[in-house]
Formats: sequence, C-alpha cells, structure tokens
Amino acid sequence: MDLNLTLFGQMITFALFVWFTKRFVWPVLIKAINDREAKIADGLAAAERGHHELDLSQERAKELLRDAKAKAIDVVDQAHKQATHILEEARSDARALAERMVATAEEEIVQAKHAAKMALQKELGVMVVKGAERILKQNISGAINDRLISDLIAEVGVSE
Amino acid sequence: MSSEALDSTQYVHHHLTNLPWTHSFLQQKLGSFGVVNLDTLIVSFILGSGVLLLFYCLARRATSGVPSKLQNFVEILFEFIQRQVKETFQGSNPLIAPLALTIFVWILLMNLMDLIPIDLFPMLLSKTGVPYFRMVPTTDLNATFAMSLSVFILIIYYSVKEKGLWGFTKELFMHPFPYIWFAPINLPLSIVHELAKPVSLALRLFGNLFSGEVIFILIALFPIWWLQWVLGFPWAIFHILIILIQAFIFTILTIVYLSLAHESH
Repeated sequence: MDLNLTLFGQMITFALFVWFTKRFVWPVLIKAINDREAKIADGLAAAERGHHELDLSQERAKELLRDAKAKAIDVVDQAHKQATHILEEARSDARALAERMVATAEEEIVQAKHAAKMALQKELGVMVVKGAERILKQNISGAINDRLISDLIAEVGVSE
Repeated sequence: MSSEALDSTQYVHHHLTNLPWTHSFLQQKLGSFGVVNLDTLIVSFILGSGVLLLFYCLARRATSGVPSKLQNFVEILFEFIQRQVKETFQGSNPLIAPLALTIFVWILLMNLMDLIPIDLFPMLLSKTGVPYFRMVPTTDLNATFAMSLSVFILIIYYSVKEKGLWGFTKELFMHPFPYIWFAPINLPLSIVHELAKPVSLALRLFGNLFSGEVIFILIALFPIWWLQWVLGFPWAIFHILIILIQAFIFTILTIVYLSLAHESH
C-alpha cells in the first residue's frame, strides 16, 4: 500500500514504453493512416473529376451531333439546289438546241423551196418555149416568135 | 483462498498485500521504502510490453492500402488518441500523442486485470509458493504515481522550456492574482496548483480501481454461492465502464496539463 522503490521501477518502465511508442510505433502507423487518407482523398477527387469529364464529354457529344445534323441538312439542301440548277440548265440547253435545230430546218426548207421554184421556173420556161416553138413553126414569123417568148419569160419572172 | 481457514479480515488483507521483494542493504538504508512490489512491476511490464510488441509487429506490416482487421482496430485507437490530442493540444509536440497512447493503452490493460476473478491468479500462484499476488497494478499507488509523477516532470520540463525559466517563475508568483504584492499568496497557491495535478491524477485512478477491487473482494466474501453472480456480474459490467473512463480521464488530463504547460497565461 505504501510508496516504495516500485515507484521508480514503474517510472523507468513507463519511460521505456513511451520512448518505444514514440520511436517505433506511433510514427509508422500514423503515416500509414495519413497515407491511406491521402489515397482515399485522391481517389474521391479522381472520381469527381471523372464524373465532371463525363458530363462535359456528353455535352460535347450532344453538340457535335447537333452540328452534324445541321451540316447534313445543309448538304442535302445544297444538293437539292444544285440538282435543280443542273436540271434547269439542261432544260434550257435542250430548249436552245431544239430551237436552233428548228431554225436550221426551217432555213433549209426555205432554201429547198426556193431552189425547187427556180428549177421549176427554168423548166417551165424551156417547156413553154418548146411549146411555143412548135406552134410558131406552123404559123407565125420568127420576129413575133421571139417577142412572145421574152414576154412569157418576163411574165414568169414577175409572178415569182 | 489458501487451504487453511482464513477469516474475512485476513482474506481482505491477503488480497490487498503486494508481493514484496527487498534486499537487506536496501532495507537498512531505506526502511519500508526499500521494498519492491514484484507483482506490480511484473504484471504492468508484461501487459505494456505485450501490447507494444503487438503494435510494433503491426507497424512493421502496416500498409496504407486495405488494412487487416487488427490493423484497422488499432488504427481506430490511434486516430481516437490523435483526435483527442489535436482537439486539446494547440502547439506541436511530437511526444504528446505517443505519450497519450502509451498511457491510455497501458492503464486500460492494467485496469482490465480487475475483471479477472480475484482469486484466480493468487490461488494458482500460491501453489507454486508465491504468498501474495495482486493482479491489478493500478490498485498499487506506486504504479499510478509513477505515471503521474512522470507526467509532472514533463509538465515542469515543458513549462520551463516553453516559457523560459523566468517566465515559469513569474507565473508561479503572478498567478492567480496578477499583482506583485500578491506574490506571497500566489506562490503557495501556485505550488499547490501544480502539485495537485500529479496527486489528483494518481489518486483518482488508484481510488477508483482500489475501491472497485475492494468491492470485488467483499462480494467474494459472501457465503451464499449464487450471490457471486447476482452481485459480481452487475458490478463487473459497471466496472468495465470505470476501467474505460479512468483510462480516458488520465489520458485526457495528461494532454490538457501538457497543453497548459505549453501556453503562457
């Protein structure tokens, strides 16, 4: 019950224990605890960052999709316009070509008609002269005959 | 109880006597102070070194990854101590936390010996010729005073170290009344104030555990056998609380006293 030398023995033991704890036990385990805490904090931060990045990239994907849609619509529009344009051009080209062909054909027709008329006039003149020659050989003199023919030719030329 | 019939006074006395060891030289020089309580020394050393070795092994295998269950448990204890120190102790002193941990674990284990049936070890050891054996070191004033005096030495050391010899002396003379002509009153008050710290620390722990043990002894004296459980069981449960609280109080007060030693008034 009384205080005795045990006191000093216990104090020495106590001092040894405290020294041992301070030297070998406390720092090591506390370091492990702190390291783990840091690790967990890092992990949580990384997870948070991941979430944030996911949100951002989703947003970006949506934006890209929206852009792509708009672009596609543009392209289709452009194509439509171009197609219309090409069609229009082809149509007008064709029309112009047709008109030109018609005009050429008409020209040719007119020329052919003219040529035919000339040939016919010439032939008619010869035939008339021949006919008149035949009639005059029988009854009219040479002078009257010539006058008649030239009259006839003039008449044909006028009526042309 | 030993084989010969003991009356209750002898039984109580037997349980409250430490296992003495002394040398004639020590006895001559120091009288009754020259005795060493072997049981206190042995039990407290086994408990303390056992738990510290366990901690040491854990520390060597400690990982900052996923901890084992045991490491986890010990870490909870460490973090508990660290939290107490952080909340109370403002300065930075690498000794405080290990000191608090040692005190808490050691006292807790020494107190826990109170829950071992009081006759078990004395009876087993009496068979090998050991006449007396007290299992609970904290029911020995030497054990409690050893810790509180060590803490007291640290209090004085850090007071002088932090405030300087002059600052500490000034505090003794100028406290609690901050006037120089109160010095004759202040000095005895301050000395009592400082001395009350180790004395109250040691006596509080000793008183609680000693009275607890005495009640266990008294319960053991009841002649009706079933009373052992009717009385002993609730008291043991209640005592678990006391064991924890006393270990906690000693630890917290140590931190508080050392924190006071670090800050000037």
